[in-house]
Amino acid sequence: MNAVTTHHHKTNTFKWLLKREFWENRGGFLWAPLITGAIISLLTAVLAVTWVARFRSSGASSELFNDGLAEHARQIGGIGDTALMAGISLTAVVLAFVVFFYALGCLYDDRRDRSVLFWKSLPASDLQTVLSKATWALLLAPVLAILVGVLIGIVLWLIAFAAASAVGVPNASAIVTHAHPFSVVGNMLTAIPVYLLWALPTVGWLMLCSAWARTKPFLWAVLIPLLASVMISMVGILPGTNINYGVIWYTLVYRGLLSVVPWAWAPASTAIEENARRIEGSGIHGPADIVNLMNISNLDVLGSPDLWIGAAIGAAFIALAVYLRRWRELAD
Amino acid sequence: MNAVATNEATGAVVSARGLRKAYRNRLALDDTSFQIEAGRIVGLIGPNGAGKTTALKAILGLIPFKGDLRVLGMDPRTQRDELMREVCFIADVAVLPRWMRVREAIDFVAGIHPRFDRAKCERFIANTQLNPKLRVREMSKGMIVQLHLALVMAIDARLLVLDEPTLGLDILYRKQFYQRLLEDYFDEQKTIIVTTHQVEEIEHILTDVMFIRDGRIVLTSPMDEVAERYTELLTSAATIDQARALKPIDERALPFGKTVMLFDGVPRQQLAELGETRNPGLADLFVAIMKGTYA
Repeated sequence: MNAVTTHHHKTNTFKWLLKREFWENRGGFLWAPLITGAIISLLTAVLAVTWVARFRSSGASSELFNDGLAEHARQIGGIGDTALMAGISLTAVVLAFVVFFYALGCLYDDRRDRSVLFWKSLPASDLQTVLSKATWALLLAPVLAILVGVLIGIVLWLIAFAAASAVGVPNASAIVTHAHPFSVVGNMLTAIPVYLLWALPTVGWLMLCSAWARTKPFLWAVLIPLLASVMISMVGILPGTNINYGVIWYTLVYRGLLSVVPWAWAPASTAIEENARRIEGSGIHGPADIVNLMNISNLDVLGSPDLWIGAAIGAAFIALAVYLRRWRELAD
Repeated sequence: MNAVATNEATGAVVSARGLRKAYRNRLALDDTSFQIEAGRIVGLIGPNGAGKTTALKAILGLIPFKGDLRVLGMDPRTQRDELMREVCFIADVAVLPRWMRVREAIDFVAGIHPRFDRAKCERFIANTQLNPKLRVREMSKGMIVQLHLALVMAIDARLLVLDEPTLGLDILYRKQFYQRLLEDYFDEQKTIIVTTHQVEEIEHILTDVMFIRDGRIVLTSPMDEVAERYTELLTSAATIDQARALKPIDERALPFGKTVMLFDGVPRQQLAELGETRNPGLADLFVAIMKGTYA
């Protein structure tokens, strides 16, 4: 019998696959939102300083919001919440691009530079590899985006507070004391499970193209749904056909390609509409009312069939991507 | 003791029967059959497009194919995930991801490979110019191969597959590569399969050789049997007709009227009467057997 000379240590393959993705893509996942945030914060600070300077030299006095001190404090507090939301919206926009191009490249780039052969020489299954990439696109990248977004939001918030204090807005401290950061962040966090399921068809489609394409995955991924929509629409010109163009374009292009955009689920949400109707009566008088309009939970979307059908199709795409990852050869 | 019962039944690390793989209009593997025993270093040698890489890819479970193939008792098509714990390969130079740092590469392999010995790997790295912060994209080709080799040699794999591992390297790196492989890695429980065009450089380390041509194995033999079977004869004009009568498989002229002939299965004593005899180099044998490949 052979003698065993080496000890075998325990491994946690999935954890290391996730780490690996981060090492390779920290530029997109971490630096892109951080740098965007830094630039926007800097611009905002410069803007705030010039605004403060101009305001002081004009000698105007800052106005109160009408309807007394309590309403004033409420509206001023809304400025804090708005700053926080602005920060998260910023990273949400960055996230849409990062996830789109990450999903499109993650199963293609290493086939093109042949490093896929190195990954495949190690004991990590193709299923685990593909799932680790999907986990980043659908879960970890959004979580990181929200964390960085909150960070940027806090910076913007401090700038707003400093500027308001500098021009002597009455009761400027209400920007801090009358804000609702926990409510805002809490509602933003509800976007995470919704994003995971809502973005699944787009991420799945992009990963499928990434695993399948021998060359130019971007072209395939974008042109197939786009041309399909155009062609079906052209067929509709023929007499006697009755095609619902809206559904075609919504399904193929909006759900197939644009679902990586956070809050793209707004059309499927009933809560957003209800909330808007509720506020409509009272009207919008200041920042606090805007916050009320936006600051709602996203969880009601989990009840929409649109989300679940899309998620099921996306999961099927990812299953196909796993199969292709197993058998597809190098890209050109 | 050790659960290596899988291959003990046959004693073969790789056993292939009737492999078949077609690419569009060309057969890369055409009813290919061969066996590789444990504890051997096998050179798989063939001209471009003969099916070497395809055979290796089949062994590694990277491509679908037809036929019966067992690697360490497993079918690489259906049991690849299991197989890769016991098998390692270097597919070609420069396949390490360009963004990766030395430290990350070691961390990652240590993290996912149960048979990776980190201390051993770090010892190999210490003998090179590599440092933990260096990225692959900043390395020379030779350094990339040093890193790859350090990673692979620290894995206690039972089968190591090397496909043109030294392609594009200068002679110093090439010599070092095979030297370290022999000294620091190979033992009787390991098996190495290697393909290369630099036949002269590996022939002294091989225990077995397989020639592949047009998807078929045309010669498979231990190296010492190759020496017994084939003889090279240096003849002069006086004995050339006698020598030709023994049907050499190849002959080539040298200056000053001398001719070198290669014989298959002719007793050496008989040839010694006609001139100087010696063991043929693998490269000359290869050329003789592959004659007409590109015609």
